[in-house]
Amino acid sequence: MFERLTCMLKKEFIQTLRDPRMRFILFIIPAFQTVIFGYAVNTDVRQIKTAIYDLDNSTESRDIATRLSRSGYFQVTEHIRQEGRVRELLDRGEVKAVFRMNRGMGETLQAGRTASLQIILDGADSNTAGIVLNYAMNIAARYNEHLRVLQISRERGAAAAPEGVVLQSRAWYNDNLESSNYYVPAVIANIVLIITMLLSSMAVVREKEIGTMEQMIVTPISRGEFILGKTIPFVLIGFIDVAIITVVAYFWFGVPIRGSLPLLFAATGLFLMSSLGFGLFLSTISRTQQQAMMSSFMFIFPAMLLSGFAFPIENMPATVQWLTFLNPLRYYLVIIRSIFLKGVGFSILWPQMLGLFVLGAVILSFAVQRFRKTLT
Amino acid sequence: MNGTETGYAVTLTDLSKRFGDFVAVDRLNLQVGRGEIFGFLGPNGAGKSTTIRMLCGILPPSGGSGTVAGFDIGKDAEEIKKNIGYMSQKFSLYEDLTVEENIDFYSGIYRIPAIKKRERKEWVIEMAGLREHRSSRTAILSGGWKQRLALGCAILHEPPIIFLDEPTSGVDPISRRNFWDLIYHLAGQGVTVFVTTHYMDEAEYCDRLGLIYRGELIALGTPEELKTHQMTEEIVELFCDHPQDAMGLIEELPGVRHAALFGRGLHVVVERAAAAVPAIERKLADAGYTAVQPERIIPSLEDVFVSLIEARDRQEAPQGEFSR
Ligand SMILES: Nc1ncnc2c1ncn2[C@@H]1O[C@H](COP(=O)(O)OP(=O)(O)OP(=O)(O)O)[C@@H](O)[C@H]1O
Ligand SMILES: [Mg+2]
Repeated sequence: MFERLTCMLKKEFIQTLRDPRMRFILFIIPAFQTVIFGYAVNTDVRQIKTAIYDLDNSTESRDIATRLSRSGYFQVTEHIRQEGRVRELLDRGEVKAVFRMNRGMGETLQAGRTASLQIILDGADSNTAGIVLNYAMNIAARYNEHLRVLQISRERGAAAAPEGVVLQSRAWYNDNLESSNYYVPAVIANIVLIITMLLSSMAVVREKEIGTMEQMIVTPISRGEFILGKTIPFVLIGFIDVAIITVVAYFWFGVPIRGSLPLLFAATGLFLMSSLGFGLFLSTISRTQQQAMMSSFMFIFPAMLLSGFAFPIENMPATVQWLTFLNPLRYYLVIIRSIFLKGVGFSILWPQMLGLFVLGAVILSFAVQRFRKTLT
Repeated sequence: MNGTETGYAVTLTDLSKRFGDFVAVDRLNLQVGRGEIFGFLGPNGAGKSTTIRMLCGILPPSGGSGTVAGFDIGKDAEEIKKNIGYMSQKFSLYEDLTVEENIDFYSGIYRIPAIKKRERKEWVIEMAGLREHRSSRTAILSGGWKQRLALGCAILHEPPIIFLDEPTSGVDPISRRNFWDLIYHLAGQGVTVFVTTHYMDEAEYCDRLGLIYRGELIALGTPEELKTHQMTEEIVELFCDHPQDAMGLIEELPGVRHAALFGRGLHVVVERAAAAVPAIERKLADAGYTAVQPERIIPSLEDVFVSLIEARDRQEAPQGEFSR
């Protein structure tokens, strides 16, 4: 009964996997990419190369410098002696930040007045600069707190020092705010999208190009059998890639897997409906493989940009945010990150799963509808 | 309507195909009997492949109708597909699969019963002479082998009707001979063969021929009929030295349509051979040619086709000028 489908599948597997280069692309490259992504897409800002320009050289200014370097965020690489050096270091990119303590800082503070600590930032990378500024402000605030406590205890005696409110921050799901925990699982979504979409967009048009499509059309194979034969192998390849990347994420980067893996595969299945559906659609409307590949990339790039992979959706303009609801990658990313980091299950992720299913069903049925067993 | 009632394997009624404004196939009417070898001839771009594609359900017709094995090409295309074998003009097996994998693939697609599968596979491998190459990738096979393997895969399921679109183009004469032996063998078993070709010797092997030109059927009949009845002109053959120069002289004569080099001699298309033979003799003798001996011959198929096509061009030329 499934004889036609079976031999269609057999043929597709042989064609896809016989070429060693193809096996390499499908199974080894994703692992490499995960590793590269894991290291490259790293928004952790630690050990920022910093210079101190201390014109005061008082107890207070030295105390601040020590606090900066002990925080772990700043790595003091140089104590600047003359003004010109500030620009030099920043121009050459040798440091990202320079802290400048003006003459008289210690005295001003001792007199109980406000002194200023200047920070000069390399603002070219605005993202990093913002984070650095944040760290610096935190350290300054702590120092202020310290001064206040000192002052009060001097006035009223040691015992009377009030504690005040101390913020104890704790980031759930990703305790140390490791960016690899956030990005590596998301690589799954991108790689699965690229691989399955490219493969499926080539699938039908390749047969058109080499002329075998004509031969297939005159056989009694049904539309359904042909389409399933063309898509099932890519579903399997998609699953295998998810497994490969998960293994790399877990063992190489130590990304936690707190949720259920079967749920991850179920969500992958739903996501593949969209990516394969769209690939198939491109394959039926393209005349050449090149055309199909170009159109796939036209879809893949915006899909990635508007997925929340690198740029938070909340920061996008409202209309663009609406647009992201049509992006299957968006839902899939939320699901993947939640499964890996939060360990939440279907009871929480069902809206995303439903979104994937609806999008997938629409795209896939449209593609199947478009696919005809005739040439135009 | 069922094929057994009409007795025809293939019928075409006003079958037409347009691509935009361009008419590729223009109201063809034709019947092909069961077990017949029907040859479909015509110059490049005449519409042969387009016609076959419509009959096989690859292209939807834009007008008219047709039946194959008694099934309507518009309504029952899927039924037709179970009853036909098709070999397209372009080699269309999977080059990245081996010979055996290709055969296995098609026997699976045609759901050939398990018991028959082995036998059919061995038959194809024998027929195509590919015993030593069963596990070679199809890409490395030479033209003749590919062609026979493609034919084998197209008739694995023993269809009663087969469509072959230029099955022997680019194949050496011996392979072509073998190929036609096979076609004869199939026709002997009652298989209907609808074949297109550009080779006149192959046309001679067909039971019946149709000549298509610019989408229209301009002649139909057995090779004998075409050679004896279809031509309004007659053919005079002659041999002489410097035939190129003689050609010019002959074409000046009244009643001569045109002359063409043919082997070592000339074929002259004339209105009436009885009048032309002495005229040619006289003209060439005046010009110093000796022992020319023009004589009327039965035209070859090539003569017939060239003359029919030229007649058609003459007929359409005034209209063409008018529309410009
Ligand atoms: N898909 C198409 N779109 C537009 N024009 C087409 C298409 N297919 C064929 N044609 C045109 O229709 C005409 C008939 O083509 P067809 O392939 O049937 O010719 P043919 O008789 O098989 O020629 P050949 O001997 O070269 O194979 C040609 O002029 C061709 O350019
Ligand atoms: Mg053709």
